[in-house]
Amino acid sequence: MSFLEYRLKLAPSGIAKVFYINWALILVLTAIAAIGWLMLYSIAGGDINEWALPQMKRFGAGLCLLMFVAFVPIWFWRSTSGAAYLLAMVLLLVVHFFGAVGMGAQRWIDLGFMRLQPSELMKVTLVMMLAAYYDWLDDKKISSPLWVLIPVVLILLPTYLVLKQPNLGTAVMLILAGAGVMFAAGVSLWYFGAVTALGGGGITAVIMSEGTPWQLLHDYQYKRIHTFLDPSADPLGTGYNIIQAKIALGSGGWAGKGFMQGTQSRLNFLPEKHTDFIFTTLGEEFGFIGAISLLALYTLVLVFCIIAAIQNKDRFSQLLIVGVAMNFFLYLAVNLAMVMGMAPVVGVPLPLLSYGGSATLVILLAFGLVQSAIVHRPR
Amino acid sequence: MRRAPRDTEATSRSVTRRALFMGGCMAAMVGALGARMRFIGVEQADEFRLLAEENRVSIRLIPPARGLIQDRNGKLIAGNEQNYRVVITRENAGKTDDEVKEVLNRLSHIIPMTAEDIADAMKELNPKVNSAFVPITVAERLDWDDFSKVAINAPALPGVTPEAGLSRLYPRDFDFAHIVGYVGPVSEKDLQDLRDKQQETGENIDPLLMIPKFQIGKIGVEKWMEDTLRGTAGTKRIEVNHVGRVMRELDRQEGLKGKDLRLTIDADVQNFVQARLGEESAACVVMDVNNGDIIAAVSSPSFDPNLFVRGISSADYSALTEHDHRPLANKVVQGAYPPGSTFKMVTALAALEAGVIDENTVVRCPGHIEMGGIRFNCWKRGGHGPVNLKRGLSESCDVFFYDIGQRVGIDKMAETGKKLGIGVRHDLPMSAISEGKMPNKAWKLERYKQEWVIGDTINASIGQGYVLATPLQLAVMASRIASGKQIAPRIIHSVNDIAVPIPAVEGLGLDGSKLRAVQMGMFEVMNGPHGTGRGSRIADDSMRMCGKSGTAQVRNFSDAEKRSGATKNENLPWKLRDHALFVGFAPAEAPRYAVSVVVEHGGGGSLVAGPIARDALLRALTGGMPPLTAYPADQRPRVENLLNTLQLRLPDGTQPAPSKV
Repeated sequence: MSFLEYRLKLAPSGIAKVFYINWALILVLTAIAAIGWLMLYSIAGGDINEWALPQMKRFGAGLCLLMFVAFVPIWFWRSTSGAAYLLAMVLLLVVHFFGAVGMGAQRWIDLGFMRLQPSELMKVTLVMMLAAYYDWLDDKKISSPLWVLIPVVLILLPTYLVLKQPNLGTAVMLILAGAGVMFAAGVSLWYFGAVTALGGGGITAVIMSEGTPWQLLHDYQYKRIHTFLDPSADPLGTGYNIIQAKIALGSGGWAGKGFMQGTQSRLNFLPEKHTDFIFTTLGEEFGFIGAISLLALYTLVLVFCIIAAIQNKDRFSQLLIVGVAMNFFLYLAVNLAMVMGMAPVVGVPLPLLSYGGSATLVILLAFGLVQSAIVHRPR
Repeated sequence: MRRAPRDTEATSRSVTRRALFMGGCMAAMVGALGARMRFIGVEQADEFRLLAEENRVSIRLIPPARGLIQDRNGKLIAGNEQNYRVVITRENAGKTDDEVKEVLNRLSHIIPMTAEDIADAMKELNPKVNSAFVPITVAERLDWDDFSKVAINAPALPGVTPEAGLSRLYPRDFDFAHIVGYVGPVSEKDLQDLRDKQQETGENIDPLLMIPKFQIGKIGVEKWMEDTLRGTAGTKRIEVNHVGRVMRELDRQEGLKGKDLRLTIDADVQNFVQARLGEESAACVVMDVNNGDIIAAVSSPSFDPNLFVRGISSADYSALTEHDHRPLANKVVQGAYPPGSTFKMVTALAALEAGVIDENTVVRCPGHIEMGGIRFNCWKRGGHGPVNLKRGLSESCDVFFYDIGQRVGIDKMAETGKKLGIGVRHDLPMSAISEGKMPNKAWKLERYKQEWVIGDTINASIGQGYVLATPLQLAVMASRIASGKQIAPRIIHSVNDIAVPIPAVEGLGLDGSKLRAVQMGMFEVMNGPHGTGRGSRIADDSMRMCGKSGTAQVRNFSDAEKRSGATKNENLPWKLRDHALFVGFAPAEAPRYAVSVVVEHGGGGSLVAGPIARDALLRALTGGMPPLTAYPADQRPRVENLLNTLQLRLPDGTQPAPSKV
């Protein structure tokens, strides 16, 4: 009997759970989403139907999902972690063999009403799986090699399938989020040091292997790396996206050009301006003030999560919240670094802002789990 | 697993520590992202704002209307006409070459277009040559019908736009081809010249010249007054999207129309002289002796400059270049001819000035002189007997000038010749102006590494040998003799109706009485009982003219040829006949206009060139057709007949003269 089950009767039940939900966190998430709707409306040239309205509906659906997940006790989610992970793995295998091909990558299953990206789902189920694993594992075994190998395999299996799609951004996120949970669970720092060293060697190997028969990445992935290192070398080709994105951000200045006044987005200079590069339009139209405000809201979400993790005494809940926070952080950090020219272009959406169903739903699902952990935490 | 409460607390603390550490890392990354935002959005904002603006805004030039060229009375010489043309943009015409070609094919069924035109257009439409959204002109100068057909069929012709623009038109085509010249598209060579000039002077190249097919002056006034005529480009700022398509016009700044030029030429006199020269290979200049205004400057035969503006066909062009009368050459300033007897005034003035003769000095003419074993003939075999200055000029006695030429020497003659404008480049806005040739001893030594010999002086004294003069120089000489002032020729009367000031004219520094003696001699040429130019005198006392004819040999003949009579002009092939020359001015008492005429291989100067000069002077003096009363009574029927057959323009100037080539 775990600590949590011990104090079960102290957990709120029934409709009373509403009072234990962290409404401030939901408010901040909604504020972020609202900024997204505003930007999608502007990018469509004042047309709400093109992107903004579908995105609002998705957010609404996602919010319902969040509430539902939050009301279900956290121990239920813990016990279904393994099944969820398996389901996501199966879905990944399905796209691997039968998935629709879009934009040069095999990523989604067409469900009719939406396109499901199992790789997005995996970001959550992997965190759940690892949290459950470390909740179950004896503390003394945490750093012993065999017990470290198991979570590593759990991480690398989906990562391999995602890499094959190919989707470098999500693969990196799976590894980092998984590593985050392992780190929080208390795995010895030596492992992380060793992996960092190996990773450095690996990156070197990847770069060295370019052009050789045993090349490790796709040509377009190398192209993105080169473009990231020197966008101006090919301003009309692969460097175009980064240059135009920086121009949009920079030309906004302090206060921006004003709502719907962004010339870069309105005249189509910006690439993928409603999805991965949506932040550039925000920067162009609302300037540094707008951009830093959004960053502050994101930070607030992370702060809420860390606080929730510290307050919680349940090991599964703690690791789950840290994992979700890590995921959310990775989304925004990789995306922002990418559009600001600090990282290669790797197709990671900006959480809750970018147009797209899977990411929004999965993020809200994840925060549903966080809320469930908060509601059902031992008091 | 089950844990003891103490263990639970411990693991929870461990997670808390590590979560806080991770939170710290996240905070550091968020801080880095914020710093990056600040760097891009605040520090580099100006730079990126400029780049965004460059992305968005494209500046297009609005070509200004070229300045008009008018004659001294405001009659239009060069204007602009509406030019209906068809342009095509690759971007809208189609994605593949085949699609674009199909559009052009359809277009060729509507408007006249050859397979060659289509091939040229395809070349220009290659995205590697021009941007896909730059409009390329495929057909120009359409008539209204074709133009509207294109407009009506627009839906079937993607990317094709009918446009109206301006292009140059010369309504008085043949009359001003040499003076005004013509315009044509900027060539690679023009640009290279401009770049060289930019290197030298740091002067910027007018961006207008970078517009494909922009028209600039190629020769004549159009070329030399290019900067005045061109005007300043207007600009419009347009907003373009990422592929360069024009979204809207942001603002426009109108350019400055080119300045209008008014020439000193009288278009009617010009037309009269042009017609009067007829088919001859000839040149004639009429000049105001008081201010240097060129009233007419005609080179014959002429050509239609409009052909060049529209793009001359190679057949037409080779017809012009292969014509033995050289219609493309502006003989007024480019033709350098031995002045023959028209040069005798220079010899006479030099001798008078040097004091080696006076107006009464008598030379005996036996018909020839011997010098160093060479015989120099007078044109009159039997000789003139005793000859003074007046008779020497009026009867054009060669021996008289041989004699006084030797007395004064070539260097003094050259000095006087240059004073009168021979061998001096007169600056006019025209191309390839010849300097002529006024030789002296130093020149020959330098040019031929030979000493000047006395025979050279003898030849020079009657305007043969090394001496060369252009029709313009001869007209300047006549003006200077008539006025006694250093008249400089000019052709630009006013710019935008602001008169170009005439610089104060200085005297020639010649003694008045000596000039008078030469003028008297020229008067006797025309009006004296034995004057060689008597046949082309003006009978009207108020307009009597002074003049001097000249007949310049173009080759030497052996004695045998001379005896056989083979030197008679009518027996010679055209190319070997003498040049006929004439200089003069009128009215004798108060000179107003000077004239020079050169008829290449025309024969005797007094016979051929003199009458032309008289008609030109009368046309300028009376301001209308020469009145018959001004001609000697016995010539009137012939003159009347001649004047009636001249192909003149209608008063409005629009009726084109029949083709001369």
